[in-house]
Amino acid sequence: MGGYIPNTTDERQTMLAASGYDTFAELFADIPDDLKLQTPLDLPAGKSECEVRQLMRDLAAQNRVYREIFRGAGAYRHYIPAMVTNVLAKENFQTAYTPYQAEISQGILQSIFEYQTMICDLTGMDVSNASVYDGANAAAEAIAMCRGRKQHKALVAQTASPAVRQTIATYAFGNEMTIVEIPEKDGRVDLAALEAALDESVACVYIQHPNYYGNLEEAAKIGELAHAAKAKFIMGVNPMTLALVKSPREYGADIAVGDGQPLGLPLGFGGPYLGFMATTQKLMRQLPGRIVGQTTDAGGKTGYVLTLQAREQHIRREKASSNICSNQALCALAVGVYLSTMGPGGLRQVAEQSMAKAHYLAQALVDAGLALENTGGFFHEFVTTGPVRAEVILAALDAAGILGGLALDEQRILWCCTEMNSKAAIDEVAKIVREVCANADI
Amino acid sequence: MEIRENLRYSEDHEWVLIEDDMALVGITDYAQSELGDLVFVNLPEEGDEVVVGEAFADVESVKAVSDVLSPVNGTVAEINEDLLDAPEHINSDPYEAWFVKVQDFDGEKDLMSAAEYQAYIDGLS
Amino acid sequence: MLIFEQSKTGRGTDVLGACDVPLVQLDVAHKRASTLHLAEVSEVDVDRHYTALAKKCHGVNDGFYPLGSCTMKYNPRLNEAVANLPGFTDIHPLQPAASVQGALAVMQMLEVALCEITGMDALTLQPAAGAHGELTGLLLIKAYYQARGDAKRRKIIVPDSAHGTNPASATMAGYTIVNVASGPDGCVDLSALEAACNEEVAGLMLTNPNTVGLFDKNIRAITELVHNCGGLCYYDGANLNAVMGQVRPGDMGFDVVHLNLHKTFSTPHGGGGPGSGPVGCKAILADFLPNVRVAGEDGARHFMRPAQSIGEVKAFYGNFLVYLRALTYILSLGAEGIKEASENAVLNANYMRVALADLYKMAYDGTCMHEFVMDLSELKKATGVSALDIAKGLLDNGIHPPTMYFPLIVHEALMIEPTETESRETLDAAIQVFRDLYRAAQESADTLHAAPQTTPVGRLDEVQAARKPVLRYDFDQ
Repeated sequence: MGGYIPNTTDERQTMLAASGYDTFAELFADIPDDLKLQTPLDLPAGKSECEVRQLMRDLAAQNRVYREIFRGAGAYRHYIPAMVTNVLAKENFQTAYTPYQAEISQGILQSIFEYQTMICDLTGMDVSNASVYDGANAAAEAIAMCRGRKQHKALVAQTASPAVRQTIATYAFGNEMTIVEIPEKDGRVDLAALEAALDESVACVYIQHPNYYGNLEEAAKIGELAHAAKAKFIMGVNPMTLALVKSPREYGADIAVGDGQPLGLPLGFGGPYLGFMATTQKLMRQLPGRIVGQTTDAGGKTGYVLTLQAREQHIRREKASSNICSNQALCALAVGVYLSTMGPGGLRQVAEQSMAKAHYLAQALVDAGLALENTGGFFHEFVTTGPVRAEVILAALDAAGILGGLALDEQRILWCCTEMNSKAAIDEVAKIVREVCANADI
Repeated sequence: MEIRENLRYSEDHEWVLIEDDMALVGITDYAQSELGDLVFVNLPEEGDEVVVGEAFADVESVKAVSDVLSPVNGTVAEINEDLLDAPEHINSDPYEAWFVKVQDFDGEKDLMSAAEYQAYIDGLS
Repeated sequence: MLIFEQSKTGRGTDVLGACDVPLVQLDVAHKRASTLHLAEVSEVDVDRHYTALAKKCHGVNDGFYPLGSCTMKYNPRLNEAVANLPGFTDIHPLQPAASVQGALAVMQMLEVALCEITGMDALTLQPAAGAHGELTGLLLIKAYYQARGDAKRRKIIVPDSAHGTNPASATMAGYTIVNVASGPDGCVDLSALEAACNEEVAGLMLTNPNTVGLFDKNIRAITELVHNCGGLCYYDGANLNAVMGQVRPGDMGFDVVHLNLHKTFSTPHGGGGPGSGPVGCKAILADFLPNVRVAGEDGARHFMRPAQSIGEVKAFYGNFLVYLRALTYILSLGAEGIKEASENAVLNANYMRVALADLYKMAYDGTCMHEFVMDLSELKKATGVSALDIAKGLLDNGIHPPTMYFPLIVHEALMIEPTETESRETLDAAIQVFRDLYRAAQESADTLHAAPQTTPVGRLDEVQAARKPVLRYDFDQ
């Protein structure tokens, strides 16, 4: 049925003959007969466009799209301007390969150059790559790039997201670096434990800021401790927060990484997202992944090319520091369009509103009977604990079409607000929680 | 193709200049012309041991990376940091663009003289 | 012009309304002090800027794109319509399982289909790209030997014709590389392989059809040699488009395989990503797969964690919206359509090969699979026109050039992969262009050295770009 082969059966036969063959089987003569499939693949028969679309619509209908989402934990529902969706649908961007042929890829190359500029602007760093798979992958790659001949250990804050820590651990299983997790104290990195763990074998310290619980870490102090031990300081950040929060450079970071999803990418059940990586001039050559640079053609016209390629796997092969080959170019384009549409003022609004609404919700939940765990400043995520089991609260919200926070354990819930949550919706959440708490058999 | 009389040469196209108690090491004019425009060089650290026939540095062109093999045994006493900012000097002036100074070295006696190296590269083409 | 150069203070788009709760102040110790520039531009500015950039790109849906080893087939529009359904785009990865039964069904259906196509027993959709899949597959092998207490297997065999990602991935997985040379026919040299096989070998990484476009008919002997020394066989699925529905990696003797859904299964490349690189494996490796596997039946599907999982290779469940497109494609084609796709991919390649063989020297004789490699070293010697010059000449004719200078074992290589979605007329037109360029090389080499002339920019100075890198716009300039 619905294949995408233009040539008719007759045309195929003519082409076979023109090429000196009678049958398709002759084309596959190099495959030993006893290896060839003797029966058709056990897959359903092909379907028409109309049938497939209906089938996929039915599957989509088995997913619940919540009208209100108060859950983040690494994936955030922000407003995506119509411009982003429209630009991403342009087929010249969407259906192009990696821009190796620079002369007919200037659009993609320039969009990546602009993306790199925006990431440097946000993070305060000197150099950004063209993106990697996601924030967790960026963190793992950043740790690998710090490895020295005698420095094979990475200290990772336990207050970082579990998905990021697990990815770091998996990469370390491969490259055989040692990962030591620094415990938390009151929802933040335990500075004494960090100081005790720092020695000459430590290549880098990784923290997330704001951390998994929404707390702001003592990032400047952590950076000083790392540098005093000659270790690199890596910060994992939510780029949306950088409109208000100090840039990683201002905290003294050597490498800034994070997930670009909050900047114009849909939740999409976890992907595709984008990992950004930015660093100092000094570490430029250790940065993995594609990088776009500006240059000129013979006529002096400005243009863009993939550059510093001798770092990469297709040239350096087994001596490359990373195997990464692709980037998330279309997602980087989304980030570029998003940031251009929002501008610095618009991004600041997103950050201010997300933070304000989270604080409003936190107070409303405390008033409703829950307790706030965050003791210092937090951004747009926070943790509550309370007299009622988390699942009871979340079920009550679910019944009202609201996706509540993420249950961390039996009692604790990690909440998130963005500009998408209205005051009315927050009040509704508080009301439901109040009722649940009031009716609970404590 | 320039070949200097006062240098010793390896089959991998490195040159050695003995200056007091140091051996300066670089790549030959022939090597740089084969490699094309160089855009970066990775150098070892001071104190590293180098061994005859083993890579101690690499040079990058736009589309390739090539190991630079040591023509002598010894310890790196100094690296030419200027090359990190200006790798084009290797192309324009290969015999001034030394990569490293090696101390406590040996192995230089097994290298070719200028005449021998000339004959060697004549045999390659 | 860069978007930043169009910036005017005060311009912008009114996207969000006013905040309906009181604003809060950030602790001054954490307040950003440095300026955030970005671009201050109007909505019209943004639209025109990106529309202008789009015009300076060439996608497979714009025209012929015979880029060898990249399988630039047509990207169906139905896939896009499906991937934009709110029931898929607007679901949070940490929603309760009961609320994402459709998404879990997508994962399960795709796993079943890809296992059937590859002859594997289990599969993870988590890897985000082919290279990511390679790392994942190698970590499965590593975990397997670790669980058996076999610590001496530290080597991975890679043929010299392999994609650069293979050795790089093996290094990331902590392995050392044993390179084996290819035979004169571009296939694995069995005696060289045998000499490399010993009790330190954890595995072999191989593409079949290989990177010169030939099916290695010794494949069974190859996988047996590796198995006999106790190693495992890894299949790089980059070239699966040639053989899907004809023969399966699992039946060739491979234990683990990665696929490039953005090649074989028609998902868009997006200018370099996002892709999707699922990894399938035989039952002996299934317990080591990444955490996120789907189990259960209709209405009760849920995630499960394999007993000895290597952990996660990224956050969440892979590039869901990408592999959703691949499932759409597989459902459209069905069993017969998949076989038909590979047949026609191979037909189109041979049709072009035969039509060019009287002028261009083929690197290898005989029937090719989905792609073929031309060796232009004689043309270069005779005329001075290189593979690069021919490639740039193609740009002036609206054709994306083939892969250049790969595989490394062929000099002045051009690797052509037309794919099955091109019509005979398109192939005929491209053949004519190749023939015209060959003649131009004899008659007016200089015009080819100066190509392209019709593109937005001419050949760019890559040496300058690499020596003095300019990697971002300088707002202070």
